[in-house]
Amino acid sequence: MSEKTIAGVQVKLSDDGYMTDMSQWSENIAKELAGEIGIVLTPKHFEVLNYLRKEHAAGEALTIRKVGKSGIVDIKQLYDLFPKGPLKFSSLIAGIPKPTSCV
Amino acid sequence: MEKKEKKPLEKVCLICAKGSLEDVYASLVMSNGAVMEGIETNVFFTFFGLDGITKDRMNNLHTATTGNPAMRMPGGLPFPTMLGGLPGVETAVSSMMRKQMEELDIPPVEEFLEMITAGGGTVYACKLAVDMFKLTKKDLWDGVKDIITIGQFYELCDGDRTQIIFT
Repeated sequence: MSEKTIAGVQVKLSDDGYMTDMSQWSENIAKELAGEIGIVLTPKHFEVLNYLRKEHAAGEALTIRKVGKSGIVDIKQLYDLFPKGPLKFSSLIAGIPKPTSCV
Repeated sequence: MEKKEKKPLEKVCLICAKGSLEDVYASLVMSNGAVMEGIETNVFFTFFGLDGITKDRMNNLHTATTGNPAMRMPGGLPFPTMLGGLPGVETAVSSMMRKQMEELDIPPVEEFLEMITAGGGTVYACKLAVDMFKLTKKDLWDGVKDIITIGQFYELCDGDRTQIIFT
């Protein structure tokens, strides 16, 4: 556990850099987190991020398959938006915990 | 204290050589997991593993109900081998396994392969096994990139952060 100032806010992070309190999240924090991975966020990214936050808040275990069936993006587009980490990077930027699913 | 540099995997090459439900899924889960971690992934299907990419078999794979000591009844009691040999039992058990996987959001074989290739993973068939089973490219799933020899497979396995996984 650590704390870091992101976009002017003192944010709580887990050891692997995921936010531990999703209520601290904002679009500006998302942009800064994405920038560290080299991703520039577009409105489509935010659609995915908001979907992930909604599902996580509802207690759903997230998988790329579920995101692919969400109607927002298919799996290929998800990879295009978050290269090399469709679920890992999107969860990190969405301010939710590291995914625990194997699919 | 000396700091150890992390050397993450850059490439995995998986060999799927067996055609039972659980063997093919072991390859698929590991392949998809690697793609999701941003690791370059090649999957090579050979011998009975070819069932996993053969159009008319891939979505109806079976798990062995005889000769499988780990087999259990629902509830955990041992599964009698004699029962496993009765007509229809293997089909019923296999479809139950598929249903349970679906509940965990594990997709059917074809959809799983689509997820792997959508993320940039590549699927190959083994030339020797394809010839042996008298199959052609037409019999294989459309997403199979090529039918290659084991030599070509090893050529794909270059790089010092590459692992070959045999399932």
